[in-house]
Amino acid sequence: MNFYITYFIIAIGLFGFSALFALFGVYAERKVSAFIQDRLGPTETGKYGSLQTFADILKMLQKELITPAAADKLLFILAPAIIFIAVYLGFAALPWGPGLVPAKLNLGLYYVFAIISIETLGILMAGWGSNNKYSILGAMRSAAQIISYEIPAGFAIISVVMIAQTLNLQTISSQQGILSTETIKFSGFWDVTSTGGFFAWNIFRAPHLIIAFVIYFIASLAESNRAPFDIPEAESELVAGFHTEYTGLRFALVFLAEYSMMFLVSMVGVILFLGAWNTPLPNIGPVHLATWTTNAGWGILWIIIKTLTLVGIQMWIRWTLPRFRVDQLMALCWKVLTPLAFACMLISGVWRLFLM
Amino acid sequence: MTNDIMTNIIKGISTTLKGLSITFRHLFASHKKRELLPASDNNYFKQLEGTNTIQYPHQKLPIPEVGRYQLDVEMDDCIVCDLCAKVCPVNCIDIESIKATEAIGQTSDGTTKRLYAAKFDIDMAKCMYCGLCTIVCPTECIVMTNQYDKTVFQLSDLTYQFSDMSPEMAAEKRKEFDVQQAERQAAKLAAMQKKEGGA
Repeated sequence: MNFYITYFIIAIGLFGFSALFALFGVYAERKVSAFIQDRLGPTETGKYGSLQTFADILKMLQKELITPAAADKLLFILAPAIIFIAVYLGFAALPWGPGLVPAKLNLGLYYVFAIISIETLGILMAGWGSNNKYSILGAMRSAAQIISYEIPAGFAIISVVMIAQTLNLQTISSQQGILSTETIKFSGFWDVTSTGGFFAWNIFRAPHLIIAFVIYFIASLAESNRAPFDIPEAESELVAGFHTEYTGLRFALVFLAEYSMMFLVSMVGVILFLGAWNTPLPNIGPVHLATWTTNAGWGILWIIIKTLTLVGIQMWIRWTLPRFRVDQLMALCWKVLTPLAFACMLISGVWRLFLM
Repeated sequence: MTNDIMTNIIKGISTTLKGLSITFRHLFASHKKRELLPASDNNYFKQLEGTNTIQYPHQKLPIPEVGRYQLDVEMDDCIVCDLCAKVCPVNCIDIESIKATEAIGQTSDGTTKRLYAAKFDIDMAKCMYCGLCTIVCPTECIVMTNQYDKTVFQLSDLTYQFSDMSPEMAAEKRKEFDVQQAERQAAKLAAMQKKEGGA
């Protein structure tokens, strides 16, 4: 009986976390964009405008839920829920610290990527159900883009999995630090099993994974529909793309899903490439920095710091680069990223055979 | 062919890094509040580096006193000559005058006033801010002010009414004038009859 209560607490905790993160994320995004453009962003609501997003969500909660007369009612109403739940379920398998993981799945990585692909289905439902040409155009673009970019992302991930030899996210995490049960070699020659720190992270264990990480990061931008890959909701062409017709709480859910997706893909990137919840501080001689900073509490801190750094880079990129044209988007995916990802996978195989 | 692709890729990466470095610099660069100088100041354009945008309702840029923003009429000085309404290219000034029975006073520059303004409306929604009306005005009673933040909730509020005459008063003045005209007419008639009778 007790474990059901634990399940509920964890589920509610994860939901609360993603909701809070979305509020914080929207505020951070507005502030970052403002500072980049020499503005101040929100300043009026609360100190430094910190209550702005709370005011926004309060406004959205009070708005009427409008369903267009010509819409496909069932698809239209279900779509925001499916979009959000697909992202939210992805959090279930992600480890937060040593011994801290909501669901210990052997196929964790596979599960995460299977479940977040369902978001595409929700987006297609939203676009089709709205019965609006801008929505369906946005949804079609989104589906084409997400499905294409899953290929380089998938191969970048496979090159990690070939090094790690497991799909269990918790095992992949513990392999990248002092808690590892197997020998870790920095760049394939220096044994750092007891040193830990950033030397043991996957991108330093096998340096070609730096390229795999960049490929994964670019593809993850595309999968979370963020600039420069935001053609599904290109304001200047498609109004707001697939969520043009949504109001109030349904719109809030779509937004929540977008920001949760940002956090989720960044967290997966951190787990696979940047040492998950492991500390960046190595053991140096008698100073056991790594040992001192490795436990559940520190784990949560490290993974949140690393993930938020990646989220910050996503925002920085969004406010720097202009939007891709559709053909450029596909050319980048199929002509540059996919061959590079294949090359990374090949190097991973060779690395595994000869250097580990 | 392969060379082209490689140069494209290298150019793509280098330009992206360049752009990212520019936005990164701006992310931390502009934390100074903007000093409020008029546009005529020598340092005005140097201020654009490293400062935030103007926080408008809290900060306002100084503007020249002779700005051309809103029309204003000093009714005491107006002789209701209708020149401004005639010169206006967009017909935004609407004047209705009543002749007075006698001189009703003087403007501050000593011109005698002989007309009442029953209506002096300026539709600022139509105004194109050319300032021609201020040039033709013989008594310089219509001027443009430096008031620029004029927001109203109803379109009709943009029609400024400068006349201070009530409709009753206007009707009374009209009646007085009509009576005077009638008296004059009668006097004229009597004089003519007298003349004819005398002849």
